[in-house]
Amino acid sequence: MSIAALDPGRMRQHTRRKAINAMALTLSLGAMAFGLFWLAWILIETVRLGIGGISLAVFTQMTPAPQAETGGLANAIAGSLLMGMAATALGTPIGVMAGIYMAEYGQRTWLGRVTQFINDILLSAPSIVIGLFIYSAVVANFRSFSGWAGVLALSLIVIPVVVRTTENMLSLIPNALREAAYALGTPKWKVISSVTLKSARAGVITGILLAVARIAGETAPLLFTALSNQFWTLNLAEPMASLPVTIFKFAMSPYENWRELAWAGVFIITLGVLALNIAARVLFRNKN
Amino acid sequence: MAATLPATPYQNDMTERPQATTGGKPPARQRRMPWGDAVFSLAAHAAAWLTLALLVGIILSLVAGAWPAIKEYGLSFIWRSEWDPVNEKFGGLVMIYGTLATSFIALLIAVPVSFGIALFLTELSPGWLRRPLGVAIELLAAVPSIVYGMWGLLVFGPILATFVQQPLQSWFTGVPVLGTLVSGAPVGIGILSAGIILAIMVIPFIASVTRDVFETTPPMLKESAYGLGATTWEVVSKIVLPYTKTGVVGAVMLGLGRALGETMAVTFVIGNFNQLNSLSLFEAANSITSALANEFAEANPGLHQASLIYLGLILFFITFIVLALSKVLLSRLKRSEGKRS
Repeated sequence: MSIAALDPGRMRQHTRRKAINAMALTLSLGAMAFGLFWLAWILIETVRLGIGGISLAVFTQMTPAPQAETGGLANAIAGSLLMGMAATALGTPIGVMAGIYMAEYGQRTWLGRVTQFINDILLSAPSIVIGLFIYSAVVANFRSFSGWAGVLALSLIVIPVVVRTTENMLSLIPNALREAAYALGTPKWKVISSVTLKSARAGVITGILLAVARIAGETAPLLFTALSNQFWTLNLAEPMASLPVTIFKFAMSPYENWRELAWAGVFIITLGVLALNIAARVLFRNKN
Repeated sequence: MAATLPATPYQNDMTERPQATTGGKPPARQRRMPWGDAVFSLAAHAAAWLTLALLVGIILSLVAGAWPAIKEYGLSFIWRSEWDPVNEKFGGLVMIYGTLATSFIALLIAVPVSFGIALFLTELSPGWLRRPLGVAIELLAAVPSIVYGMWGLLVFGPILATFVQQPLQSWFTGVPVLGTLVSGAPVGIGILSAGIILAIMVIPFIASVTRDVFETTPPMLKESAYGLGATTWEVVSKIVLPYTKTGVVGAVMLGLGRALGETMAVTFVIGNFNQLNSLSLFEAANSITSALANEFAEANPGLHQASLIYLGLILFFITFIVLALSKVLLSRLKRSEGKRS
């Protein structure tokens, strides 16, 4: 004979608590399913609608006129790759150095704390505002849209991502490692560059990959900096096409051939971004 | 044993040492790159200052760009609703309303769902499933917003119109408030679609930060509660949530900051229509970000462009406050965690 049987009031309360618990846990399971459902749906639709449009022409031909028979995204893909690489090359050193400052020089100084705070805000700041900034600072002064303006806008998005991961990864390095290096008489810059930064290398590269993935899909900051271009160009002084902006233009249009190319473009971008993200995670996990 | 070993370099060293220090100071060894330290430190400091300068630069350039509009309208820009590029009359109410309304709908959906996901990942999920599920949710955050936008416009919008709006309309037509809320042509664009897509986009941000925040609860506290016979839900609602509430609010603020500033996903589905003549959730509307995305490149320099930059400045101001609040709340949790453990 259990205690609960002796006290029906407590038994009832027990049942009620268990019922509430079961309900809450079911809802939580539902929430998880809800989140995964969208991911699955978006991926399936992207693959279903995008894979049909993928052909050799997408990578070799220029963006077509509306209703044209053939055409591809070659100039947009080239523009995206070129601007993405230039922006990464420009933003990464600055981001890594600022991250080094926060983790190694300014941990307890006001500048360190303020930059960390500001950087976290820039990390989530609306990317279209970055576009506005570059427009007012660069495009308005030179009176022309250009690939360089797009590169600058994208690099401003790379910097906070790289700063954040670099700082995080450097603070994970145990101090004993630094002290051991200092005890050998190593100068500080050598300690940072050949000991701490080297041990944090996988983490820093992860951050760079994530930054590249982030800018690969960014549209808003390019809309009024690099603008777009119908023709093939690798000259950063001219307006330059990019994959996201082209997708935006094509998807909003009523033309069937443009929409098909837009889906192909979305497929390429999604695949690239997810691959970069997964690569970053695998790299980071293998190292740890 | 020792006899078989050759004389070690150590011993040589010992014998040489007195000679080396006869001068009274250590031998002057040429240090390679003696300027290395100074240069490296300078570069690190410069990069940190650059981050600060970036923020100041953004604010200054936006204020400078928006100056003609600020001079013309002052703060009344915020509650003026007309937007007439032809007659050069501008007011931001429609866009500000659109931005706030879509973000509000997004949070309404995203907060409970993210909470459920965080609860599942921290308390419910079997260990081996925790990581893959966490990664899947984070990948949802990595999908570029243009993909959400295009999917929303061409896949989700029509489905929403056919299976949600039309039934709602047939039920509520003539009903005073609800009837207005669902009126409009069933095309699947408008405030509601934008809000739902924003919700899907911010769920991963809120969920993953909430999960991290939940994990800061000391296991001792949770185990004590379990030991007293508390159910999982009771542990979460009475131990974990009170312990982490500042962090959870911080996570929600982070999501709000993302939702307010999201551009492409909203631009695709909100309809880009500068009028506020009905409160319908299905009526095409506009948000700050989509107005910028659609109009800025073609705006005439002058009052039109300045007004758009003014909108950008307002957006930056709102998101700055929301994100700063989020950061403060999250770091407060981190600090109290250090104190208590």
